Amino acid sequence: MIEVRQLRKRFGDQQVLDGVDLTIEKGESLVIIGRSGGGKSVLLKHLVGLTHPDSGQVLVDGRDISHLNERELLAVRRKFGMLFQSAALFDSLTVEENIAFVLTRERNHPPEEIARRVAEALEMVEMPGIQKRKPAELSGGMRKRVGLARAIIYRPEVVFYDEPTTGLDPVVSDSIDKLVVRVCERLKVTSIVITHDMRSMQTVGRRVAMLHQGRIYTSGTPSDLMASTDPVVSRFVRGISDAKEHTF
Amino acid sequence: MTKLPAKVIQSVLAGLGRFSLMVAEVVRSLTTQRLSGHDLMNQLYFIGVKSQTVVLVTGAFTGMVLCAQTYFQFHKVKMDTATLAVVSVSMCGELGPVLTALMVAGRVGAAMAAELGTMRVTEQIDALRTLATHPIDYLVVPRVVATMIAVPLLTAESIAVGILAAYLVGVHLLQIDPGYSLVNMQRFTDHRDVLMGFIKSFIFGGIIATTGCYKGMHCGQGAEGVGHATTEAVVYASIAILMSNFFLTLLLTRLLALT
Ligand SMILES: Nc1ncnc2c1ncn2[C@@H]1O[C@H](COP(=O)(O)OP(=O)(O)O)[C@@H](O)[C@H]1O
Ligand SMILES: [Mg+2]
Repeated sequence: MIEVRQLRKRFGDQQVLDGVDLTIEKGESLVIIGRSGGGKSVLLKHLVGLTHPDSGQVLVDGRDISHLNERELLAVRRKFGMLFQSAALFDSLTVEENIAFVLTRERNHPPEEIARRVAEALEMVEMPGIQKRKPAELSGGMRKRVGLARAIIYRPEVVFYDEPTTGLDPVVSDSIDKLVVRVCERLKVTSIVITHDMRSMQTVGRRVAMLHQGRIYTSGTPSDLMASTDPVVSRFVRGISDAKEHTF
Repeated sequence: MTKLPAKVIQSVLAGLGRFSLMVAEVVRSLTTQRLSGHDLMNQLYFIGVKSQTVVLVTGAFTGMVLCAQTYFQFHKVKMDTATLAVVSVSMCGELGPVLTALMVAGRVGAAMAAELGTMRVTEQIDALRTLATHPIDYLVVPRVVATMIAVPLLTAESIAVGILAAYLVGVHLLQIDPGYSLVNMQRFTDHRDVLMGFIKSFIFGGIIATTGCYKGMHCGQGAEGVGHATTEAVVYASIAILMSNFFLTLLLTRLLALT
């Protein structure tokens, strides 16, 4: 479905991605872990064509999207839904207008259909009846749910989640993790989840890839990684900092 | 030491390049995409209707001071009744369009840069792009079109109010003869002055909106970035308006003389 080949990206003198290779199969749920500031969000932005790489390729269904212009990319992105780290709701619009955004812009859906699908999407994320509220009135967890509703209402094939649980308390985090799993199973979408939360990784992931120093350092099942004896991996999953290394 | 100017020139050229690409994309969007009437109306309301107070006050006081100052000079040479003619010609061709554009740049250009800049730093622009919407189509085009419609209308209002205020000051305060003044005013103001003001304000509208949107769309990180973008949008738009005004006056006077 998505294949990344030797992806490189540098910002100033900082080589953020240094030859990432990654293959994502249709229908799988992949978790990408890695340190804060390690380039996970940057990698995700390449996968959906929000950023252009310095070199390397991103193939979506066999087609290289790294050279497409913005208008060509818009059509490709119709297959994708993305939940941003900050939810990125449009704060001038109501919850309903946010969720209905794509359908409204497409101009071929009658208002009753839009209203019904918005209600369904809100039902799916367990937030029924908040159509008329403004994003500023919502808590962090609620915003993420609305952001997810906005990303799944147009039935994408792949949903990307950028740190869905960061900044939420453990109980809310757990409910978001379960929501991610349920969305994946019910809508039969491919899920790609970025996180540095080990509990999320174990709940959500069937396969885990670890991004380290700009490359995919290792990948495997969550239990493989938890049991790993590799020093880099085991330090990360157990959350032990290395005195010899810079930590950010 | 030779590195520094080279870097500055490079970044200026890169900025101009990105600006031109944005303008080209706006033109492409206008010719290929449908503009949403709802978005356009919202912007027209904010830019046009809500800017009226500022623009009317500016126009009125400019007309008044222009009238008083002109009268004080003309009175010395007994040309009192030419006062309103001077006011009307300068309001139509120069002061109306320029002052209106400067006021709108301060109000609307700044707001555009701040709003789009905030959307950029909070990832809302990236979110738009993942929702299969081109930011130019959704954010920039309605603002540019609305400003290019609103600024000429606001300018017309400002000119009308300025002349009216000048008339009241001239006739009631300075005791100029109303009949002769109006005849002179109509004799010396012709359609070229009005047309010049109209064309200028249309171009100024374009400058304000494209500068404001460009600065917002390309703003730096965080609150600081948004602050910078807002200031620069106003400063650059104002300078561009004042500079282009000079060249437009030269160019349009030649062109309109042919009509
Ligand atoms: N647009 C950008 N310009 C400059 N540097 C950036 C940009 N985006 C990300 N970076 C840098 O790239 C690094 C990786 O960032 P990011 O992908 O957000 O990390 P994370 O793994 O926490 O999501 C950071 O050091 C960040 O400063
Ligand atoms: Mg991140």
